[in-house]
Amino acid sequence: MPHKVIVDCSTGITTEVELTAEEIADQVAAQKAAEADRKAAEVVAKDRAVAKAALLDKLGITAEEAALLLF
Amino acid sequence: MATYTLISSNVLSSSAASVTFSSITATFTDLVLRCSTRTDAAATQSAIKIFFNNSSPDTSATFMEGDGASVTSGFPSAPVLVFRASAATGTSNTFGNAEIYIPSYTNTTAVKPFSSFGVQENNTTTAYIDVVAGLNNTTSAISRIDIDGNGNNFVTGSSFYLYGISNA
Repeated sequence: MPHKVIVDCSTGITTEVELTAEEIADQVAAQKAAEADRKAAEVVAKDRAVAKAALLDKLGITAEEAALLLF
Repeated sequence: MATYTLISSNVLSSSAASVTFSSITATFTDLVLRCSTRTDAAATQSAIKIFFNNSSPDTSATFMEGDGASVTSGFPSAPVLVFRASAATGTSNTFGNAEIYIPSYTNTTAVKPFSSFGVQENNTTTAYIDVVAGLNNTTSAISRIDIDGNGNNFVTGSSFYLYGISNA
């Protein structure tokens, strides 16, 4: 059973509390959302890399040469 | 001179969805939270979120993130991504680490800024570094901090240390 840890700083006592059904549902929903975000970010990164490679090819320069133009 | 005092800490002996520091004493000037984390997410890394006083909608932030190939920035929705932990398919036995600085946490006349610097360890070409400028948009003194696995569980060995700073 998943649980959460609570550290009471006034006493130093740590307790482990089982998640409620509602908290477990929230956890599952957050996990799905995080996975969707991660996959979306991967797609964006991949598209960006492809576009970058295509532009460099079009310009006929390397990534290192392109970096020189930025600074 | 600033003095660090350990308020409380926890090193997980079993997995946990979140870690909460509650009843934080108001006797210090600033707070520093240091975390070393790994989660059970089926990925190389996973986002970790933090909120204050048990109210996630009150936290906002801007972030800048690098992954070894590109840099991005953004303004995530609450509760905000604050740093990234190493996760299940990343390099074995590695942990991400982060430091969150919360100045003037007892101030009841102004909202509370915080900053975070975190890195996710992964011995490949892709690993994340995150810099965050955040805001707890209330005038309540901070007496509770939740570090949330965002749907995933922190694994055994993840550690959390909360320090108070005097005369910062």
